[in-house]
Amino acid sequence: MLPMLLGGCDMVVMNPTGDIAMQQRNLILLSLGLMLLIIIPVIALTVAFAWKYRRGNPNKDYDPEFHHSTTLELVIWACPLAIITILGAVTWASTHQLDPFRPLERIAPGKPIPAGTKPLNVQVVAMDWKWLFIYPDLGVATVNELALPVDVPVRFSITSTDQFNTFSAPTLAGMIYAMPTMRSELNAVLNKTGDSWGYSGNYTGAGYSDMRFKLRGVTKAGFDSWIAEAKAKGTPLSTETYVALTKPTTKAPVVRYSSVQPGLFDRIVNACAEPGKPCMIDVMRRDMLAGKMHMGERPATCDDKDGKLAPKAAPKAAKAEPAAARDPRISATDTLLLPGAVRAERA
Amino acid sequence: MTDTLAKTVFGRLSWESLPFHEPILLGTFIVVVLLGLGVVGAVTRFGLWGYLWKEWFTSVDHKKIGIMYIILGIIMLLRGFADALMMRLQQAIAFGSNPGYLPPSHYDQIFTAHGTIMIFFVAIPLVVGLINFVMPLQIGARDVAFPFLNNLSFWLTVSGAVLTMISLFVGEFARTGWLSYAPLAELAYSPDTGVDYYLWSLQIAGVGTTLSAINMVATIVKMRAPGMTMMKMPVFTWTALCSNVLAIAIFPALTAAFFLLMLDRYVGTHFFTNELGGAPMMYWNMVWIWGHPEVYVLILPAFGIYSEITSTFTGKRLFGYNSMVYATVVITILSYLVWLHHFFTMGAGPSVNSFFGIATMVIAIPTGAKVFNWLFTMYKGDIRYDVPMMWVVAFMITFVVGGMTGVLLAIPPADFVLHNSLFLVAHFHNTIIGGVVFGLFAGMVYWFPKAFGFKLDPWWGKVGFWGWVIGYWLAWTPIYIVGLMGNTRRVNHFDDPSIQPYFIVALIGAVVILIGVLGFVMSIVMGFVKRKQLADTTGDPWNGRTLEWSTSSPPPAYNFAVTPVVHDLDAWHDMKTRGYRRPASGFKPIHMPKNTAAGIILAGLATVLGFAMIWYIWWLAALAFAGLLVTAIGHTFNFKRDYYIPQDEVARTEAKRPLPLGAGA
Repeated sequence: MLPMLLGGCDMVVMNPTGDIAMQQRNLILLSLGLMLLIIIPVIALTVAFAWKYRRGNPNKDYDPEFHHSTTLELVIWACPLAIITILGAVTWASTHQLDPFRPLERIAPGKPIPAGTKPLNVQVVAMDWKWLFIYPDLGVATVNELALPVDVPVRFSITSTDQFNTFSAPTLAGMIYAMPTMRSELNAVLNKTGDSWGYSGNYTGAGYSDMRFKLRGVTKAGFDSWIAEAKAKGTPLSTETYVALTKPTTKAPVVRYSSVQPGLFDRIVNACAEPGKPCMIDVMRRDMLAGKMHMGERPATCDDKDGKLAPKAAPKAAKAEPAAARDPRISATDTLLLPGAVRAERA
Repeated sequence: MTDTLAKTVFGRLSWESLPFHEPILLGTFIVVVLLGLGVVGAVTRFGLWGYLWKEWFTSVDHKKIGIMYIILGIIMLLRGFADALMMRLQQAIAFGSNPGYLPPSHYDQIFTAHGTIMIFFVAIPLVVGLINFVMPLQIGARDVAFPFLNNLSFWLTVSGAVLTMISLFVGEFARTGWLSYAPLAELAYSPDTGVDYYLWSLQIAGVGTTLSAINMVATIVKMRAPGMTMMKMPVFTWTALCSNVLAIAIFPALTAAFFLLMLDRYVGTHFFTNELGGAPMMYWNMVWIWGHPEVYVLILPAFGIYSEITSTFTGKRLFGYNSMVYATVVITILSYLVWLHHFFTMGAGPSVNSFFGIATMVIAIPTGAKVFNWLFTMYKGDIRYDVPMMWVVAFMITFVVGGMTGVLLAIPPADFVLHNSLFLVAHFHNTIIGGVVFGLFAGMVYWFPKAFGFKLDPWWGKVGFWGWVIGYWLAWTPIYIVGLMGNTRRVNHFDDPSIQPYFIVALIGAVVILIGVLGFVMSIVMGFVKRKQLADTTGDPWNGRTLEWSTSSPPPAYNFAVTPVVHDLDAWHDMKTRGYRRPASGFKPIHMPKNTAAGIILAGLATVLGFAMIWYIWWLAALAFAGLLVTAIGHTFNFKRDYYIPQDEVARTEAKRPLPLGAGA
């Protein structure tokens, strides 16, 4: 009955179109196979013993004193131990091999990445309740539609405006959390053309169920024309458009934007994409310096209404060191975002 | 002016807080009120208030408290299961343009309430109730170490359950998922009363659970019968010990996490907010440091129940008792080291993920050894298929599948595709229903005659059994499959019509489980009707092996007139084979704890405090808090805490027992 049930449906996890998801599927099948080596005998023995040693069966040997056997006990600990040892080794290797942060080494089995290929950068922003995809190198962006050229490695940078979502693309590579003020990464590649769905895997409120995006696998030529179309027919993703976009909406339609401000993703990660909000990296840096130099002085906060850093707390710290001397350990966010750079750009 | 006055008196409570605009809720409310009035009327009509108050509500007898815990668990199971049916119905019809019959705001409350209720107010009370009832009898004790604390723990759990139930009709419950993750549970995204109901219910109930765990550990460590060394303890007592040691260690983490979230919501701190240095991820760590061991808090006693039942119904000592005990202890320790596997996908490095993945898998080794131990207990046994033993066999077959999918989810790259999918949801229902729930039903059927003096009706018991087992497989196999199709959890409608048949099958499965639930309820009703036929006069209806079967059914208030002396594992079996005869004379007065109303009063005040804090009724909260302090301090001045059952009363009670136990063996 089971194969019939399974045959009738599209189990994308078992039949993915991306190399990473394919390796994950193979890993699932391998581990299931290993575990079935022990699970099937256990179920069979349970049924067999349950039947054979029933009270009504005259052909059984009842031995109430059989309750210890060193050999048998060694065996029953050794069997699971053996399986788990193998699985543990598989886990260690595969977890490192398929680490989402690790740049790809191939685009498909036996197909290494051609020399000189640069991965396609895609920045993913989870919003209430839609997905914003930014193609920073191509200068376009979309809502709820992610087009990827097949056989091109993709490097996703993932964040969120306010909630914990997961960027979930089961045909491509599974899911990774999208979290506000944090940047996570996923390296993956799509190998087949065709459309599938992507989801958010972590519940975030009323519009969560409709927070889906269309994942389109297209040829390289198709991708180029898709980009050209977005550039020709889309509208620019201006600051006002972005601010409007961050307002919670459900069932957001697909939108394409013809241009994106550079550095938008970094400002989103730093919670300062909306005008008037200080960038987290700046606040943290100033707080650290203020903590060192002016113990007890109240640092400016995001609450500052005028959007400028509060002049009383800021200037000394800001002037104290030139931007280039920033301690790189201050923040884990993208090093591109130097203190002040965003504000300078906005001005 | 009147506005300010109303705000001061009623906080945020107003007429709008009542569900006049929600027909489903209004209907439920009317039914609940009518049922409640019926119960109150019947109790008044038969003049039972005094009896209930004196013999049950204020009782410090561990047996009565255990039974009350189990009644609470069963009532809340009906509520949690009603939620489950509503969810299954919604997911079965909400496809394409049909939004289903539940709007998101209602659906989201239901899945939150379902998870919260099933874990905190069904599984925990049933497990704690069984431990409460059985464990002191198994170790030959007359009560637990702190009888009053036991009563207080129970009523605090009730208080939490009552607050959760109030949220159904006054205001709303959380719409955040059963662990109320930050930042969604922060004031910025959940400004309503839902999360406050959640936090106060669980904080109050959590105090009860922690106190109860301390109580049980002290009882097991200090009050075992002479001769019962640690390695002669029944396996259920061992698992109860490990489970409660775990609970003591983990509940403070949950309490702290909730307390910090409360500070965020009430005082405006930023522990788990997105802004000002808050770290929502820290909340996830803290709740899962509680959350993963918590499933072992529940499953370990279930393992103990299976061990006792297998041993009794195969007529054999448990195979590999020592390795069973070591396996339990190993699971206890390892369960602290696995919490991160709930968020492999949050960006931890591959070495960290591998560590937690492998630590999780390692738990499969002692668990596997346990399964083999039950298997080889059945080997060369003489198996009687009464209802409890049927549950054991169903458990072994169902649970190993859940264990297998659990190990699968523990492999981080596999988890990347399965995390937060319906596959995951199917996995944990597989282990919790197939492991914990089956075990609890097995335990309730097994020990019911000990508690009430008659067996449950076996025919209806089998209806309940087959309903649950067939229903489980029907309901959750399709969910595993749609999980493999990439569908995520907590979704209230779907677009793809091709997956609708799976949800319809799942709904049918849930209806079959409903037959199981009703079958169990009927087995109690019919057991009561046929109590003469099903009566247990010997105190040992199943030919048991542990000390609880050596006393009468139901046991007298003092459990054992003469404290038994233990010489061997399976002490009662040993006593029977040595031709033990119950002493008929030479009794001594028995020292017993006295009933007290302090527990129920404290819990009542805690409920008022919680309600007042949820609705921002500050004056009432202050009053309730002051009341709590005064009552708690006042109780310490109550010196009339104990009494002696006189010698001749003990002798009279013992003489009433129909057969000298062990005489026939």
